[in-house]
Formats: sequence, structure tokens, C-alpha cells
Amino acid sequence: MIGLAYAYPGRVVLRGISLEAREGEAVAILGPNGSGKSTLLKIMATLALPADGSVFLERWNIVQHPAEARAHLGVVFQSPALDDKLTVLENLYFHGLLYGLPQPVLAARIKESLEAFRLWDRRHERVEQLSGGLQRRVELAKGILHKPRVLLLDEPSTGLDPAARLEFWHFLKETLRSSSLCAVLTTHLTDEADRCDRVVIMDRGEAVAVGSPSELKGVLGGDIVILQSSDLRKLKRGIYRQFRLDGTVSNNELHLRVHGGAEILPKLVRSFPDLIESTTLRKPSLEDVFLQKTGHRLHAEPTDMATGAS
Amino acid sequence: MTAVRVLFQRELIRFIRQRSRMIAVIASPMLFWVVIGSGLHRSFQYPGASTDMTYLEYFYPGTLVLVVLFASIFSSISIIEDRRDGFLQSVLVAPISRFGIVFGKVAGITVLAALQGAVFLAAAPAVIDSTTVGSMVLTFLLLLIVALGLSSLGFLIAWSMDSTQGFHAVMNLLLVPMWLLSGALFPMTGSSPWVAEVMRWNPLTYGVAATRMALYGLTAGAGVDLPGFGTSLLVLFLFTVLVLVFAVRRVHKRTPSAPMSSEP
Repeated sequence: MIGLAYAYPGRVVLRGISLEAREGEAVAILGPNGSGKSTLLKIMATLALPADGSVFLERWNIVQHPAEARAHLGVVFQSPALDDKLTVLENLYFHGLLYGLPQPVLAARIKESLEAFRLWDRRHERVEQLSGGLQRRVELAKGILHKPRVLLLDEPSTGLDPAARLEFWHFLKETLRSSSLCAVLTTHLTDEADRCDRVVIMDRGEAVAVGSPSELKGVLGGDIVILQSSDLRKLKRGIYRQFRLDGTVSNNELHLRVHGGAEILPKLVRSFPDLIESTTLRKPSLEDVFLQKTGHRLHAEPTDMATGAS
Repeated sequence: MTAVRVLFQRELIRFIRQRSRMIAVIASPMLFWVVIGSGLHRSFQYPGASTDMTYLEYFYPGTLVLVVLFASIFSSISIIEDRRDGFLQSVLVAPISRFGIVFGKVAGITVLAALQGAVFLAAAPAVIDSTTVGSMVLTFLLLLIVALGLSSLGFLIAWSMDSTQGFHAVMNLLLVPMWLLSGALFPMTGSSPWVAEVMRWNPLTYGVAATRMALYGLTAGAGVDLPGFGTSLLVLFLFTVLVLVFAVRRVHKRTPSAPMSSEP
């Protein structure tokens, strides 16, 4: 995918994005809401037409010849794309027909996939009767039923409780292991991005960093110290003067990247006993990479779901 | 053609599983028919028709078309959400022809709308004395043609909308007036010249006229101020093809990017 650009009236949502996904790989597009990641996925799924740039799936140019590429794409949408009045079996059956699978192959493949996803016993139930977690599993089974080369997933675990999310990831990983599929997914959860082979960090329509989770975190190195205080500016100034450490303030916290956090932390607390209210010491996360690259946090609203930044 | 089959089948299964939908579609036109028809029972004079035609009888073909119109509209509305948060999302990324998507969906809506019309058509022998098996079969075929035109129109409108509220506005400002001015409620003869002129340009006028003529077995009993049967069929055909062509073109289009501005 090269130099993609896309705009809504009055607002550019993608600016010169390029990325590449190889066989068997899971690539996460990590970014906050409104960073353009869903639009990016829409372009890859042949639903939106970019102003500039190309997307290649092997030799097919998705932008210019969407019809040829469609057979090799699997898409799991953010909102449910199952017919809730139809049974699990009917949903998969119709899906297979749309992808031109001949009857006997289709029947065998549905059985195989429903068994792998532990849905075979529920096949005659209507989708509306299933829990959210099971519905997502059916979506995944449907997305790969026609054996696509590339599986696109838009915020696949939205609306799932933590247990259902873990389960969904278990099945997704199994799927990737047992096929030569490559998956591209969008997420705003760092722990999901952490599970992927490669992460593209997106902010305001641009890719600000690309690499494996360990590469991205490795660049930061050291430890992260997070301090809370009633007077962050004063604390920040004081720490800079005394320790030559420059921190970043965001969401009422002071973030410091340090080497040997275990030694520095006690010194900091001893030096500013009145200013420091609470402390956290941890290894860098993708959240920190995002903060360092963009200067702001991935989740502006504290009300947002679990950030996985602990 | 698999796409047509899949979407058509899906439409039928969904309908069978939500039969209550049918009550709304048939009951409200039936209520209009009984109330308005009985209210204007004797005060109505249809120029040129058999002198004993009551308003209840005059209003009957228009009510049949209203059942078909309502059925087509209500099925079309579901397209809006289905495309944004439903099954249609995945249909759109499937390797199938865009014509297949339009035609499969429209065919499903058409058949269901005509079948719901047929339920009301069962009352025809009680309303129109000259009813024969032949006239009823012909009327059913006509309902299919009218339903095809209306559901194509419903599809085209629904596809251009991103909210169901928008569709309701179009329904009240375009689709219902289209029916009001189609000869369903009152004949062209005797209405003010501008209304008659609007009716002449309204494609649904030809749908109602053809249905009316079919109900009377194409005899003069239907009324004398109606356009010819052949003309009506031709207008219906051209209208339907035109709307279908627009619908397919609409579905073909991927959401394009707005022009890139030169902001930094």
C-alpha cells in the first residue's frame, strides 16, 4: 500500500500512508478515534476511493480493479454484518454462495470452520439469540470461510467484555497460525496491538511509527516513571533542574523516561516529598510510544475503555 | 446470478420470520379504504363510469397500490441500516456484480410487496361485481410490475440516505404525494387543471390506471378518462428501467475522497 490519501469535505483524514503486510502476519493499525484508521480499512476493503495512492494485493490493484481483488479479501466489520434473523448456518451458507463456493465444498468448509470455532452445536440458532462474543466468533468464521489472502478487521473486539475479547483473540491467533492468511486490523487498544507482529501507529491521518511491538518499545528503552502531583509544573521544573530529566505532562500526570528506574524513583520521592502524591514505575508500553511520537495520549477521555496501559 | 438468489432468498426468510410486519402494511391501507370509502360512499360521481360505482369501489384499486407502496417503502427503509450496520456491508465487499446486489434486493422486495397486495386483492369479488379469475390474475401481474417500479425507487432513495429520518421525509414529501396524485383517490377528470397536469406526469398514475383496468378485465367498466392500457405499461416499464439504471450506478460508486485541500 503506497501513499494513500483521503479526505472528507473540509478535513483530510489520511495523508501519505504507506504500509506492507506479509503472509502469516498480523498488522495492527493503532490510533485514537478519528485518526483515520477506519477510513484506511474502508479503502482496503474496496468501499472507499482514495484521492491518491494505490493498494496492492499481490498483483491486483485494489483501487483500480476492486472487482478482482474482492474474492481474496475477507472483512470483519466493526458493526455486526450478520443477518440476525438468519441462523448461524444460513449466514455462513449465504456468504459462501456469494463467494462462489460450490455446494459440496461449501458444506464441508462450513462444518470444518464451525467445529474449529466451537459453534457447531449452535448452528441452527438464530444469530439474534447468541451472545455478543459468539456473534463475533461467527463473524470471524464468516470472514475466512472463502479462504481470503488478506483478512481486514475493523475494531474487531468493540463491545466485547474482557473475557470475550480474550477468547476472540485466541480464535484469531489460531486462525493465523493454521493458514497463510495475513491480517490487518485497526484498534485503539494497546494490548491488542501488542499481540500483533507489526504495529502502525496512526495519528491525525499519518503513520507516526511502524515496527514490531518490541522494536517500537525498544527504541524508548529504559523505564517509565509516572508521577502524580497537585502542582505538576513545579514538579516538572524541579526535576529538570535537579536531575536533568525532561518529562511530558499529560492527563494530570508527569511521564519520565529514565534508565534504571528502580534507583531513580526513591531519589525523586526523597527530593520532592511534598509534591509527589503517587508514583508508578513500569516498562515502556505502546501507549508510551504513542505519547512520545505524538505528544499526546492515545486516550484523551479517561472514561474510555480499559487502555491496557498498566 | 448467485447474488440475486442469495439476496432474494434472504428477503423471503426474513419476511417469514417477521410476519407481524405484514399487519402494518395491509391494515392501515385497509382502514383508509373502509373509512374514507364509506365516508364518501354516495357523494361521489365518477364521470363516464357505470352509474352505480360507489366511492368504496372507486377507491379499491388505489388502495391495492397503496398496500404495494407501503410494503416496498418499509422494506426499502431497512436497506439504510443494513448497509451501515448489517449484512449488506459484507455483500458489498463480496465478489459479485453490483447489478446482482440491486436486482436481488429489489426482486425480494417486489415479490413480497405483490404478495401482500394479493392478500387485499382477495376482497375483489366482493367489491367489483364483474371480477373473474382472469381479471384477478391479470391484476396480480400488474401489482408485480408496479411493485418492481416502486421498490426500485425505494432502493435508489434508501441508498442515497444515511439516516432513516431522511427517508421518512422523502416518503412524506415525495412518495405519499405521488400516490395522492395518481388517480387513487380521485379521477383526473373534474380536478383542477394543475392537479390534472401533475397527475399526467406522475408515473404512478399509469400504475393505478393499469391496475384499475386489469381489475375490470380491461373493459370500459373501469372508467373512460384513463390512459390506454398499452401506454400505461410502457410508462411503467420505462420508469422502472430508468430507476434501476440509476440504482445500479449508485451502488457502483465507492465513497470518493473529497478534494485534498492544501492545508499544511
